[in-house]
Amino acid sequence: MSVAITARDLARRFGAKWAVAGIDLDVPRAQIYGFLGPNGSGKSTTIRMLCGLLVPTRGTVTVLGHSVPRESEVLRRKLGYMTQRFSLWDDLTVLENLEFMCRVYGLDRTARRERIADRVRRYDLEAISKQRAGTLSGGQRQRLALGAATLHEPELLLLDEPTSAVDPQSRRDFWENLFALVARGTTILVSTHYMDEAERCHRLAILDSGRVAAEGEPKQLARDIDAAVIEISDADFESVRRALARVPQVRSIAQLGNHLRVLLPRAVGDPVGLLRSALAAENAGAKVERVGASLEDVFVAMTRLRGEVAPERAA
Amino acid sequence: MMWLDRLLAVAAKEVRQLSRDRITMGLIVGIPTIQLLLFGYAINFDVRGVSAAVLDQSQTSLSRRLVGDLGATQLLGKIRQARTDRELRELMQRGEANIAIVIAPDLERRIADGNRAALQILVDGSQPALENVAAGLAAMPLLRRAGAQPSPRVVEIQVAYNPEKRTAVQIVPALCGVILTMTMVIFTASAIVRERERGNLELLIATPVSSAELMAGKLLPYVAIGLIQTTLIITLGYFLFGVPVEGRLLDLYLGALLFIAASLSLGLLISTIAKTQFQAMQMSIVTMLPSILMSGFMFPFEGMPKAAQWIAQVLPLTHFNEIIRGIVLRGAALSDMRPEVAKLGTFLAVMLVVSTLRFRKRLD
Repeated sequence: MSVAITARDLARRFGAKWAVAGIDLDVPRAQIYGFLGPNGSGKSTTIRMLCGLLVPTRGTVTVLGHSVPRESEVLRRKLGYMTQRFSLWDDLTVLENLEFMCRVYGLDRTARRERIADRVRRYDLEAISKQRAGTLSGGQRQRLALGAATLHEPELLLLDEPTSAVDPQSRRDFWENLFALVARGTTILVSTHYMDEAERCHRLAILDSGRVAAEGEPKQLARDIDAAVIEISDADFESVRRALARVPQVRSIAQLGNHLRVLLPRAVGDPVGLLRSALAAENAGAKVERVGASLEDVFVAMTRLRGEVAPERAA
Repeated sequence: MMWLDRLLAVAAKEVRQLSRDRITMGLIVGIPTIQLLLFGYAINFDVRGVSAAVLDQSQTSLSRRLVGDLGATQLLGKIRQARTDRELRELMQRGEANIAIVIAPDLERRIADGNRAALQILVDGSQPALENVAAGLAAMPLLRRAGAQPSPRVVEIQVAYNPEKRTAVQIVPALCGVILTMTMVIFTASAIVRERERGNLELLIATPVSSAELMAGKLLPYVAIGLIQTTLIITLGYFLFGVPVEGRLLDLYLGALLFIAASLSLGLLISTIAKTQFQAMQMSIVTMLPSILMSGFMFPFEGMPKAAQWIAQVLPLTHFNEIIRGIVLRGAALSDMRPEVAKLGTFLAVMLVVSTLRFRKRLD
């Protein structure tokens, strides 16, 4: 397995606060690698350090064989970066934006014409090609930004929360486009706070407070979760919550429609029995069963979220 | 020549964006035009038609002829006759007369005598420009006709450079520098800060475009705009106010180019410090006010305290004012003003070095 990005003890401090507090990364080539984490967990800061926009306070980074930030100038030709906020020019048209980015990457006239025609076709920009970028919808902007970031056919794409302002259908299409790029050998690193997107990544790092809380393939992460997931249904949730409040082992409770999802440490021997007896003491009859963990459960168990503060769940 | 293509790409993008910003496009032409009209017509240091009052205590044919001559000058407008000293002072107090002329009862004997003043001119001191009028009156040939000896020094000063004493002649070249300062500093500072504010810069610095290509590409269109504004001011000055360029046009444009570059480099430095366009605007104004007040545009340079003169030496406008006055009014060549050119060049070099050191292709 060839590696696109290697980071060791990567850290960055802003004033007294460590935005990234020492992380190790090994991102394989030609895969989609995800950063999943709440706001402020260090996703953007890490991405900015990887493309040389921020200098690490500590640690080493190698991207596509180049040491960063020392060799960032060489790296910039091999790298596509999509900022969290749309950062092409609102007062230029779709074609003008693409043309400008081509020239910035030093493509000659022939290459420019071919690449622009290709991106316009691939990302469905034909109908809006003469429209100014400022008038586009969220999904259209995303397609344009992806088209612009891939004009120079980069080996590595860094995408910082690319779908945060996009409707579900556009997000689905966007991910189809990402898989098409990976199929042609591009490595993609994408940050997100959507569970469904995280689940689509080949590998995933869950970031929390500037540290890697868990790392691996999404399915494996769910299997290896250091927690038991119990679902409670058919109950009066108010009395159930009262009962669960007396169980110190309970790490989190989240309501999903008409059932509650409860996380307990794996060390608890018989979690179902424990909860059943707690509920019986409160006279709260309910259906209690152990279920398989989802990525969201992993996220909740690994990040320091407690109680009912569950991460937003995407459609 | 990949760097050149990238530089031109940045410049072309800037021009395209500018051409779509109608208000800014309007300001490129509007600022010089409006300023020139305002300063040229409204702010007028030459005083004409001043209201006056005369107390003729002599009432001789000579005194009546004197009053008639005064009325014939354009300096004074309507001349009121006062019968008593008290009436005269009341006229001044009410502001109906800004200048009062008292003719002594023994006018002819005083003129013959030559030692005592025959005419006393009272000036409303709240309006300083009027003192010039009084000096002008004192230098009038009418007194010479009456046999008095006017001070030759006063006469000389009046006719030194600007014999007709028209403000426009001084204003047009000076305004050229002031307008370039205003537009060049603000335009560049905000053009770069705007990209930072909107997040464009984060994308740009992650591409192979270098800082120098980026800066040069962004500044190039503004150099052109500066030259267009210079042309506009000089043309309007010639056709509206009849101010000709005595020196060579090439010298004028070379001098302007140097000053434009110096102003742009100042804007560039501001852009590396300011985080928002609002901050950039305020910083531009902070540098603009001393430029306008201390460069010799408003007040004579020689009249300022030493410390202020030192500060003025740092301002590019001070030196450009010297250069453009020399070329436009005195017909000097650029090579006659090497010290000023050297000072502007030094300013430009220092600003460019500091800006380049400050602008890094990084976010921190």
